[in-house]
Amino acid sequence: MKILTVNFLTCAVKACKSSPLSFPLHFQDAELEQSDIEYNAAFLRNILPRVDWEALKITANELGFTTVPIEKPDLTPTSTATDKNPVRLPINTSEPQATDEKTMRDLHTLLLETEVREGKMVCGNCGHEYKIKEGIANFLLPSHLV
Amino acid sequence: MLPTPSTAHVDLNRIYEPSEDSYLLLDTLSSPSETAFLTHRFSQNSTAAPDPAPVVLEVGTGSGVVLAFATANARSIFGRDDILAIGTDVNRFACQATRQTVLGASQGHNDNSALASKSGGNTMLLAILNADLTNPMRLGMVDVLIFNPPYVPSSDVPEATLSNAKSTAGSFEHDSQLLTLSYEGGVDGMEVTNRLLEQLPEVLDCERGVAYILLCQQNRPEEVVKRIHDWGEGWSVEIVVRSGKVAGWEKLCIIRIWRIQEATPF
Ligand SMILES: [Zn+2]
Repeated sequence: MKILTVNFLTCAVKACKSSPLSFPLHFQDAELEQSDIEYNAAFLRNILPRVDWEALKITANELGFTTVPIEKPDLTPTSTATDKNPVRLPINTSEPQATDEKTMRDLHTLLLETEVREGKMVCGNCGHEYKIKEGIANFLLPSHLV
Repeated sequence: MLPTPSTAHVDLNRIYEPSEDSYLLLDTLSSPSETAFLTHRFSQNSTAAPDPAPVVLEVGTGSGVVLAFATANARSIFGRDDILAIGTDVNRFACQATRQTVLGASQGHNDNSALASKSGGNTMLLAILNADLTNPMRLGMVDVLIFNPPYVPSSDVPEATLSNAKSTAGSFEHDSQLLTLSYEGGVDGMEVTNRLLEQLPEVLDCERGVAYILLCQQNRPEEVVKRIHDWGEGWSVEIVVRSGKVAGWEKLCIIRIWRIQEATPF
């Protein structure tokens, strides 16, 4: 299960869906595995609009990833190349491309190359634990929660 | 014809094998009318600006042949190959098999080497989840939902719960119950499909969302279509293909349900 997945998931208990505490689910005892996927900047750029950044930061933090930027990278063509945003310029004068590239490659590693093999995801609202075994998360609920 | 993914590894004692209904879904998704519809719906507006990658969810993946086909042939079907694929199945063995089928099809680790070249490696299998229908999905996250439901009328539907999965795990009884779950649909064969239909408005993306659901004649597809018409102006529904033995009981069809934008006044 790729890390990006948890950004699309919530607690399977119906009553939890409306609670902001049910998203993101919180990783515990996660065993990670890195796979090697070819870096594709265009693909990543189309994935980022789908990512809830606050949730991703929580997830990354729980898994020990420290390189996620505070703000989602702004990838609209106008903001990266032009001088519409002069505040950014002094920071980026030396090798601005390299900085962006590094950020994007770190995100590629986190979102797409990292798989959770074992562990669990816990709902922040009801506390239900969803176990992950051999990369497959079990979201089946006990009868009394269905 | 686009190549069919290999499912040679699928354990047929525990997992629904690719059948007439599965192949009807493959043919429909890759038909000229549906690829035109999907390509138009998901075409990238510009190559310069980011364009959100579509999330494709298959519910009840079974062998995984449909999800594997959709991801490996994403360029032909959706007009783009940056697809994020997720599958769910109540059967853990099906989840494992699906992962293998999807990865095999997109990496070319099977007989159909032609599949590998199609995807360009951009389609991404996010996860196969051991789950009932769309239960763990966040609201509004799915762009394309595909469902080949258990549609055969039966006296009742086995409950897909954690307790049931555990109590008989590993036994012959468990295996046959898993298979039963893959085709028994309760009253009119519609009990599971009706639960899925209830979830659609919550789970489908509010602009781009579209769902393909397979039905058999005993599900009374015309009535299902009529019911969905009553969902209101933001929805459209159509029977996009009919097939199967006309005289036999298993005459199949596939309905497409999609969100439409209310007309904007000039
Ligand atoms: Zn919960």
